[in-house]
Amino acid sequence: MTLAEKILARASGRDSVAPDEIVVAAVDLAMSHENADLVRKSFLEIGVARVWDSERIVIILDHRVPAESEKTAATHKALREFVHRQGIRNFYDVGRGGICHQVLAERGHVLPGMVVVGTDSHTTTHGAFGAFATGIGATEMAGVWIEGRLWFKVPATIRIEVDGEFAPWISAKDLILHLIGRLGADGADYRAVEFDGPLIRRLSVASRMVLTNLSMEMGAKVAFTPVDDTLLDYLREKTGRKMPTSPEYEPDAEATYERVLEIDASQISEPQVACPHAVDRVVPLSELGDVPVHQAVLGSCTNGRLEDLEVAAHLLGGRRVHPRTRMLVIPASQQVLLDAIRLGFIQKLIAAGAIVNPPGCGPCVGVHQGILAAGEVCISSTNRNFLGRMGSKDSRVYLASPAVVAASAVAGRIIHPEEIVKEAVA
Amino acid sequence: MSAESLKLRGRVAARLGDNVNTDVIYPGRYLNITDREMTAEHLFELAYPEIRARIQPGDFLVAGKNFGCGSSREQATAALKYSQVGAVIAVSFARIFFRNSINLGLPVVASPEAVERLQPGEELEIDLEGGSILNLTTGAALKAAPLDPRAIELVTAGGLIPYLKKKHAA
Repeated sequence: MTLAEKILARASGRDSVAPDEIVVAAVDLAMSHENADLVRKSFLEIGVARVWDSERIVIILDHRVPAESEKTAATHKALREFVHRQGIRNFYDVGRGGICHQVLAERGHVLPGMVVVGTDSHTTTHGAFGAFATGIGATEMAGVWIEGRLWFKVPATIRIEVDGEFAPWISAKDLILHLIGRLGADGADYRAVEFDGPLIRRLSVASRMVLTNLSMEMGAKVAFTPVDDTLLDYLREKTGRKMPTSPEYEPDAEATYERVLEIDASQISEPQVACPHAVDRVVPLSELGDVPVHQAVLGSCTNGRLEDLEVAAHLLGGRRVHPRTRMLVIPASQQVLLDAIRLGFIQKLIAAGAIVNPPGCGPCVGVHQGILAAGEVCISSTNRNFLGRMGSKDSRVYLASPAVVAASAVAGRIIHPEEIVKEAVA
Repeated sequence: MSAESLKLRGRVAARLGDNVNTDVIYPGRYLNITDREMTAEHLFELAYPEIRARIQPGDFLVAGKNFGCGSSREQATAALKYSQVGAVIAVSFARIFFRNSINLGLPVVASPEAVERLQPGEELEIDLEGGSILNLTTGAALKAAPLDPRAIELVTAGGLIPYLKKKHAA
């Protein structure tokens, strides 16, 4: 069995499962953000008094923090009262957490082998922790809050083996954008994706999260990176969760795959950019032509982690954000912000002329903290560039790596990071 | 929805392309609206306001592949349902959108031939259980994926909320 099949078999109490079978699986963790309010409403409408297990529900405010309107303030307030009444202790209020996916990861909520559902499409992120993790809607989550289980169609699995070395300035973001461009927005629809191979095993947990997070943008139901020493060390050091290695967290050698892709990452010779208004409209940076940018955004559940802020601080240190461009930095969590302060990244970014937003989703969902006007162009390390995603329907968002975002903020147009580094040497 | 109404009759209001995403269906800026009926006001607001204006109760929408890709926002389904869209017929659906639709009781029909053989203005009869679409205007019969029994049960119940309400009634 593949890893997806193994986890679903265990969670549904069966010896084995195969693609397209319908199983009912026990849910280990149920996560929601502000849309927990929609879940709450459906839950109350159904009329069951108590949630199935208050310890397995996590609620994290991140989409509109701090509250940007009276309406949101009322939503936050209703959720505070609800979690109190239901005894849900895993509630991360404004200033206590950050982006839901980052908080789940760094607080040790997700462990290998778990079935995790979240009312957020990017819940696929947690496959970097060896979990079968997928997004569901709010009403479906109300059902999980009541029954603690959910039906799934067992997905077929696409295996992606990556070898080779990243060229300078190439990162996990470029790899996954390249794959999305190649496979298309529905290239992995209803499928599980297993990433493996020597290069994947050398990646940090943060970089693996970029791959599993953005697999959503090719339709993946779940996406995994290996449960190896890098991950187990992360869990032990960052969250105090000691896990043994186990064959349970690995696909069988004789597992059946719908498709196996072998990728030589060395072939990705330049940064990849997703053009408006689709994540699969990916081109190598040199094919873009001259694209001036009004805003550069570094953040999100895709690329707002410490290593992302580090590369930006490195590129912006001693340089200035272009006069006609503004740069927004949104650390993915309070912890990322604290670490970035401690390591001096935040000072460098502010000195360069960037504004630092509070940890959260920031402008990614188009509600606050950096909305684009008609005619404006943004280079962003986030995950979606759909029409009107970050503001006006007449604005345009390009997606790229943190390095490209930081370099473009300096140049005022979308640029290869090596160009500004070269300038410094010359 | 009664068992007989697993057959739906309606008119094609519009035909859309591939990868119609949830931001296009329902902009993120309105995600703080949690009253399902009110979501209808913002259907296709940025991308296709003219389509929203054209939809009559019971009308069908036709789309290409991967309809509803992107966010898990249930408001995208709610906005269609409370705009009184009778069903969405697409070449394929993104998985979260598909589940949300079944859970809110919005019929969704996957038909590989949808885009080439259905035009705005045509009258159709859809058999959700049998998996077929009859184009009453042209006489053409199209294959569609039948909804599985679990989905039929939910759609017939009017969605997951009435279904669970009945199941857990004290």
